[in-house]
Amino acid sequence: MAILCLIPLIHTLAISFSSNVAVVSSQVILWPVDFTLDSYDYVLKNNQFTQSLLITMKRVALGIIINMFLTMLIAYPLSKEAKSFKWRTVYAWVFVFTMLFSGGLIPVYMVVRATGLLDSIWALILPGAVPVFNVVLLLNFFRGLPKELEEAAFIDGAGHWVTLWKVYVPLSVPALVTVGLFVIVGHWNSWFDGIIYMNSSENYPLQSYLRTVVVERSMSSISFSDIQKEVGRINDRTLKAAQIFLAALPILILYPFLQKYFMKGIVLGSVKG
Amino acid sequence: MILPGLILIMIYHYGPMAGSVMAFQKFIPARGWFDSAWIGFDNFRYVFDLPNFYQVLWNTVYIATMKIIFGQIVPIVTALLLNELRIMFIKRTIQSLIYLPHFLSWVILGGVLIDILSINGGLVNQLLGLFGIDPVYFLGNNEIFPFILVISDVWKEFGFATIIYLAALTSINQTLYEAAVVDGANRLRQTWHITLPGLTPIIVLLAILNLGNILNAGFEQVFNLYSPAVYESSDIIDTLVYRVGLLQAQYAVATAIGLFKSVISFILISISYYLAYRLANYRIF
Repeated sequence: MAILCLIPLIHTLAISFSSNVAVVSSQVILWPVDFTLDSYDYVLKNNQFTQSLLITMKRVALGIIINMFLTMLIAYPLSKEAKSFKWRTVYAWVFVFTMLFSGGLIPVYMVVRATGLLDSIWALILPGAVPVFNVVLLLNFFRGLPKELEEAAFIDGAGHWVTLWKVYVPLSVPALVTVGLFVIVGHWNSWFDGIIYMNSSENYPLQSYLRTVVVERSMSSISFSDIQKEVGRINDRTLKAAQIFLAALPILILYPFLQKYFMKGIVLGSVKG
Repeated sequence: MILPGLILIMIYHYGPMAGSVMAFQKFIPARGWFDSAWIGFDNFRYVFDLPNFYQVLWNTVYIATMKIIFGQIVPIVTALLLNELRIMFIKRTIQSLIYLPHFLSWVILGGVLIDILSINGGLVNQLLGLFGIDPVYFLGNNEIFPFILVISDVWKEFGFATIIYLAALTSINQTLYEAAVVDGANRLRQTWHITLPGLTPIIVLLAILNLGNILNAGFEQVFNLYSPAVYESSDIIDTLVYRVGLLQAQYAVATAIGLFKSVISFILISISYYLAYRLANYRIF
């Protein structure tokens, strides 16, 4: 049964390494027939593919810095007791409420447009810059740390900033890695914001670009006359398969870590203070 | 310290919430929120009079409910079966393999599905061909398409849920099994009388928490797999909002549909969290 779950993925992988003729004549099932790297070669030479890949990498990098920084800054004060931080509960609800109720697609789009972010990479980052779910995860983790450490830090003359950076952050590495992986996967995989906020497809991140290729069935980005020049070793299906696999590759590489830390994430999320 | 995050949340989450008032306006983008005319519930009346609105609502609830039901049953069965496996290595490997699709986007999985379900030479139709069955247009047939949505959603997510159930299984008191063996219960009876009752709390909890998802039929998935041929069976609230709002630029109408969904979802989520809190002492923070 486990194998059955992976067959579709393996099939796609096999197609991406097979030649045009073998794919058209339906010989490819789970193993490449007439092995070739031509599809990958072609895809990697395609400007739009590499450009969208760069945009995605930029977005992941910016996203992780901003998201992690804000998550820590919010989780730290909210992890305090209500008596040392008077408005804690109010602030906490201000954040959590956004998980329960949203303005909906159109108003969000209008606000992004009104703040002048359309066609800029910031449109992909700022609206989701505060991942409330991650804040709650980290907040619960911070709360589990012994209070004595914080008190000791204060006695040694540390303020809140120093306590956060020198005491909490080093102790929370597993939780921070978990949250970081959430952020990376989230940014890598998101495509819808790219489609709605980017007017020009030159600004599409990888997954949005991929969608125009594999889902909208348009081959506008790679014209067929081009393909025919390429000795006919590749076709529409092998190219799509190659792009699908390349877009999934980073996730597959990260997968062992993902698994390990997501398990921890589940545990973190389920042990509530 | 909290300030930068608070500002962003205010702009990009509370801003749109305030912006939702355009559902009650004859919204004209050039005039913005402040100068558009107020028209009360006219947009909502227009939406409820749309001929396909009730079909869309029904599709949403139907697809979401099927996903919730099968999304619970399949992982429970898988967890029970995996639990019977005594070889740790195989158990772990299977867990890792079924968990993988969870991390891939619907664009990637959609691309894979479109290829294997394709009517010209897709893998599934090739297999059916071996049994002499004519090719089926899986993604263009209104009777089959909703099932494709449910099956592929379960495919993506069941590994994740299985892990939660497996974790819950480890917390069942082992002495109960020993007692059952003494009483002569076979493995099937042990499963029925000990394992399942032991899992009941977590099953109930997840079922309650899913209540809030009853209007979430899975936009990312449907949007990547559907086509005009199957709007009848698979157009859901979120896809309708997208088409009406962003493609036809009827901003106020689309906002009204979205607001309708947000309000109902909010009520359902509040009820489900309340129930989860009362019945299972579950809290988010």
